[in-house]
Amino acid sequence: MADTLAPSSSSPGMGGAHGAGAHGPEQGTKRDFLKLAAGSFAAIGVGAIVWPFIHSMNPAKDVLALASTDVNLAPIAEGQAVTVMWRGKPVFVRHRTAQEVQEAEAVPLGELRDPQADSDRVERKPWLVVLGVCTHLGCVPLGQRPTDARGDFGGWFCPCHGSHYDTSGRIRRGPAPTNLAVPEYSFTSDTQIRIG
Amino acid sequence: MASGLHDSSFSNPVVRWIDQRMPVFTMMQKEYGTFPTPRNFNYFWNFGALAMINLMVMIATGIFLAMNYTAHTSLAFDSVERIMRDVNYGWLIRYVHMNGASMFFIVVLVHVWRGMYYGSYKAPRELLWMLGVVIFLLMMATAFMGYVLPWGQMSFWGATVITNLFSAIPLVGDSIVTLLWGGFSVDNPTLNRFFSLHYLLPFVIAGVVFLHVAALHITGSNNPLGIEPKGPQDTLPFHPYYTVKDSVGIIVYFIVFAFLVFFSPNYLGHPDNYIPANPLVTPAHIVPEWYFLPFYAILRAVPNKLGGVLMMFGSIAILFVLPWLDRSPVRSMRFRPIARWLFLLWTVNFFVLMYCGGMPAEEPYVTISRLSTAYYFGYFLVILPLLAKIERPLPLPESIAKAVLRGGGPLPGAAVAKPMEKA
Ligand code: HEM
Ligand code: FES
Repeated sequence: MADTLAPSSSSPGMGGAHGAGAHGPEQGTKRDFLKLAAGSFAAIGVGAIVWPFIHSMNPAKDVLALASTDVNLAPIAEGQAVTVMWRGKPVFVRHRTAQEVQEAEAVPLGELRDPQADSDRVERKPWLVVLGVCTHLGCVPLGQRPTDARGDFGGWFCPCHGSHYDTSGRIRRGPAPTNLAVPEYSFTSDTQIRIG
Repeated sequence: MASGLHDSSFSNPVVRWIDQRMPVFTMMQKEYGTFPTPRNFNYFWNFGALAMINLMVMIATGIFLAMNYTAHTSLAFDSVERIMRDVNYGWLIRYVHMNGASMFFIVVLVHVWRGMYYGSYKAPRELLWMLGVVIFLLMMATAFMGYVLPWGQMSFWGATVITNLFSAIPLVGDSIVTLLWGGFSVDNPTLNRFFSLHYLLPFVIAGVVFLHVAALHITGSNNPLGIEPKGPQDTLPFHPYYTVKDSVGIIVYFIVFAFLVFFSPNYLGHPDNYIPANPLVTPAHIVPEWYFLPFYAILRAVPNKLGGVLMMFGSIAILFVLPWLDRSPVRSMRFRPIARWLFLLWTVNFFVLMYCGGMPAEEPYVTISRLSTAYYFGYFLVILPLLAKIERPLPLPESIAKAVLRGGGPLPGAAVAKPMEKA
């Protein structure tokens, strides 16, 4: 783009007329300076006008505004799980059994691909809240219903390319690189959480 | 010649008047009329013309679909069903567009295969070849975004998986994915921009096709013998010889196309795409469209996310450098006794990958995909560079005319000519 702005002086052959003049060839001419200045100016201008277009593709204000979702935990019995929508994505809220919590806590961190203790992933036991989005390529893993396949570690199983997650939502086998993400959330009462 | 006017050879006064002022008729005459074309083309040389026609079919049907399609998550699926049920001949236009995408890939894959078998990518046609690879990439992007538009389950989950590929990029991956989505998941902003780009890219393809043909008309066509024409005895004017030969292929192509559209319009599709998109439930077995399967198999063959993504893109990127990986001076595989068989094996291997890509990510398909991926790359990175050094090609015919006018194959006279030495 930029170099088309000074077409008449872009060939080195033209430089002879100026370069061989009063200034030495090493010194650079006034025209070189003008070329450089005009070129950089144009490059900055192009950059400045491209950014609004690129940024217009990022989430708009109304999309960002859909930020939080409240979930009532009271109806979720032990061993059950619910899926809620948050920012267009499923969030898994699981009321884990004592055994599931114990399994999650008993795993030595050294065995994990993405080492994280269960206590760092939950706000309050036994509740586990994670994004229901496989960290491989974004499918929704199975395991929310008792009849679903839950994989070899009792948590979730992603059918798309076979990732297994444990009862803390941590990746244990398969192509996914990281644990199921824990969204930002807080307890607003003993039986209520707000996600986001 | 009046000053400033082009010297036109057309006698029709209207044509001549235009041609003097803007010599498009002279250009067409030169590039498609008298254009000297090797006399020995086989039917593989139909596929470029077929691809051109297919692109026009896609643009024509697409424009009419767009008149009735609504790019909104709550309306898109129903608007496509309305096209199918209520719009006059909507079913026809949509089925032609849908199967036209498959026909396009069949035609272009054969066209590319032809280039690989007859060595059309070698000097001086490297740039022509690379422009072709650009077209192939643009086609893949266009077809991917088109498949999202009907907003069925496969649309949604295909879009999710493919856009998530970019999250494998270190550091900036997640920001790029958010930028692609315009949100935090595939949603309405995504659908809107995909429609916008799906409308745009075919015209970009048309532009690159123009450059592709412009480059072709500088170097001239390759031919099944892979030797350059040496004079008028080796060539024929494009018209009527190849306009007629292309017409034969076009008729066969339309027969196959019509068979798909009228007798099995959904054969190449996936039934799950007739279920409206549901962001909470992933179908048990998600598969991309058939033309993406070989590349999908490569993605899944690698047990590491970033590695898989790199290999998948690499499997196409490697085509860009093919002209420099294959240093053998002999173009046509007809004269390469070893490369020929290893390339045919590569072709079979491509179908194996395609098959594995459509199967669940389980044994034995994972292991087979891995071996096939290894051969896919091995052919380019090991076999071709090595063969350029060790293979002894068969003697090349002296000229196209000599080879084809006295009953096919290399001539005894030509056989005594120097056997090709290694590069
Ligand atoms: C390179 C050329 C093109 C290719 C490969 C292509 C491919 C596709 C594919 C695979 C679909 C999904 C079909 C389905 O499953 O329903 C589709 C849908 C669609 N395309 Fe294209 N397309 C092309 C050009 C165009 C153009 C130029 C337009 C508009 C001017 C267009 C407009 C549409 C519309 C509105 C739909 C949604 C309706 C439907 O799903 O049938 N396409 N396209
Ligand atoms: S998306 Fe879950 S394993 Fe690939």
